[in-house]
Amino acid sequence: MSGPTRETGRERVLGAIRSRLGDTGDKSRREAVAARLGGQGPHLVPQRAQQGRAELRRLFAEQLTAANATVETVGSSADVPAAIAAYLRGQNLPLVVRTGDDAYLSALDWTRAGAMDVQTGRAQGSDDVGVTHAVAGVAETGTLVLASGHENPVTITFLPETSIIVVEARHLVGPYESAFDAVRKRFGMGTMPRTLNLVSGPSRTADVGGRLVTGAHGPRRLHVIVVGPVES
Amino acid sequence: MDVTAHAFKSNVKAALKDLQLQRALSGLPTGLVAQRTAARAKLPEFEQLRDIGRDIKNHTLAHLDLYLEAWETKAKAAGAHVHWAATAADAREIVLGICREANAKLVTKGKSMVSEEIALNGHLEAAGLEVVETDLGEYLVQIRKETPSHIIAPAIHLTEAQIEADFRRQHTHLPKDRPLDEPVKIVSEAREILREKFITADVGITGANFLIAETGSSIIVTNEGNGDLTQSLARVHVVVTSIDKVVPTLEDAAALLRLLARSATGQEFSVYTTFSTGPRRPTDPDGPEAYHVVVLDNGRSALLDTPFREVLRCIRCGACMNHCPVYGAVGGHAYGWVYPGPIGAVINPAIIGLGEASHLPNASTFCGRCESVCPMKIPLPGLMREWRKRDFAAGGGGKVGRFALSMWSALARRPRLYHAAARLGMLALGAAGRQRGAFRWLPMAGGWTRHRDLAAPQGRTFQQLWAEQKRGVPR
Repeated sequence: MSGPTRETGRERVLGAIRSRLGDTGDKSRREAVAARLGGQGPHLVPQRAQQGRAELRRLFAEQLTAANATVETVGSSADVPAAIAAYLRGQNLPLVVRTGDDAYLSALDWTRAGAMDVQTGRAQGSDDVGVTHAVAGVAETGTLVLASGHENPVTITFLPETSIIVVEARHLVGPYESAFDAVRKRFGMGTMPRTLNLVSGPSRTADVGGRLVTGAHGPRRLHVIVVGPVES
Repeated sequence: MDVTAHAFKSNVKAALKDLQLQRALSGLPTGLVAQRTAARAKLPEFEQLRDIGRDIKNHTLAHLDLYLEAWETKAKAAGAHVHWAATAADAREIVLGICREANAKLVTKGKSMVSEEIALNGHLEAAGLEVVETDLGEYLVQIRKETPSHIIAPAIHLTEAQIEADFRRQHTHLPKDRPLDEPVKIVSEAREILREKFITADVGITGANFLIAETGSSIIVTNEGNGDLTQSLARVHVVVTSIDKVVPTLEDAAALLRLLARSATGQEFSVYTTFSTGPRRPTDPDGPEAYHVVVLDNGRSALLDTPFREVLRCIRCGACMNHCPVYGAVGGHAYGWVYPGPIGAVINPAIIGLGEASHLPNASTFCGRCESVCPMKIPLPGLMREWRKRDFAAGGGGKVGRFALSMWSALARRPRLYHAAARLGMLALGAAGRQRGAFRWLPMAGGWTRHRDLAAPQGRTFQQLWAEQKRGVPR
């Protein structure tokens, strides 16, 4: 291939930065960077993300609802299949869903959902409904955190017109930073799944005359099921 | 893209007469501006976060070489191919090389201003590739053979009626009598057409809002989901980004993300914030087989030891242009290059040269709204003034302008002469205008009197009145 080679491009760009920054040999610079990357904690967590469990749970649902998602709560995982079936019937959708091989979703007793057809694997363009299991839910903006992989393939989050995301109440947190900590715990410090997807509503656009339309390229509908009793 | 920044004045004249454009721009104050105001009011910590955001970027820029190296190490460990491009031409060649290596025919694209900056689409098309923009606004601009007029709302210059006409002209395979009279119908049509492209694309190109040194990730922030379909369905994902996008940690990204959507669209958070790290993993059933990141300099590093270093904090939210009275009057195309509005008035001269872009730093009333809303607290008016100084020092400003300025400076530095001249001027104007109380026309003030009368002065200067009042002279 013609054009610049990788090494010369790298040296040109980084060399130009170093020469403009001046004295870059100073050891304290490396120490400052190492300290920062070694973990620094959050900068400022908004008050709204530091409330009690019940308030966070309410805020989570409020924010999602304001972003045109729907939210429901069920008492335990056993109730999830029936809740999904009821939602799909309410939307006049067939009882066919696409999931990955997420352990939590696989362990559900889908026979409780009547004639539900559960297909596993990555999403196809023809799929109508995708069901995924979030790593965490962030109350501050009503944001679901999903990790890509065979458990919850990323195409399921984006291709079907209807997206149903299941999140366990014990995984609801206040700020983004707590969700990142959960991801670090699961994947290791400084390690990420191929994609970490923060989802805060159904797909939308305002590119036609500034007017808001939901269902641009991703899901037209987002339904969130929070699993677990409300703490007293 | 073609640069027309030198023709700013004639661009402006055309824009002011363009009724469709004026109608489209009229929605800004009740749209993006009002939404930002509401979002800011809902987060009491917003102003504190602006200081934090500024500090994060200042720290990163002071250690830019080290954070880029740290990011590169982590990205490569996750399987990324990292490419460094000193110039726009280098970046274009690198991306074309990746496409050729992948035997690509169809390229889908998520929204990326850096790709506009390097004029990527034309380069790939000239090499025989089909390139499809998938952000709805970018798609509209592409089928009209235009460029984005706003960095986050590329088609903000278009009315619904124009868009309907464009779709009918472009999508000739669909029934002629189909209804397209509502935005939802237009969006649905675009969805159907672009879905096919996502699924069959060979290479998906996106930009990046941030790079994270801690994890080697790139981040995109979108509302439509097109960027995610672009990067997850194509065989190869190419991220086109620039050196100023890196931040140290996830916590730093969290702080900046709290500012970005609120400043841009007034949303609490964008619908999709996606952290991408490397290609598909061995057990992943989907995602790209290869993940490339092209990191562009294109004149940015040369700003690090200048006052313009501060613009490298920019997170491309667009708040400065939304709040700019000049942008609101003429739209983005008048600026004549990729970045419009106040941020463009500061960045464009740095990238395409002051000779080409010298009008842009002058396209400001210095009202200061841009600086007051900038989430990164970039002193945009001050930096525009710096460009004006440099332009003047380099002989810019035109003969008449330079003569007027030299006269002004001669007067302004000699208080006695200034007061004498002002007294004489006010006396003459006061006498000449006493009868009507206003002037319909004045020599050398035609630009003013063409649109409104100039009130006639009373005959004495402000300085005189002030001195009299201090002495207690009754008025």
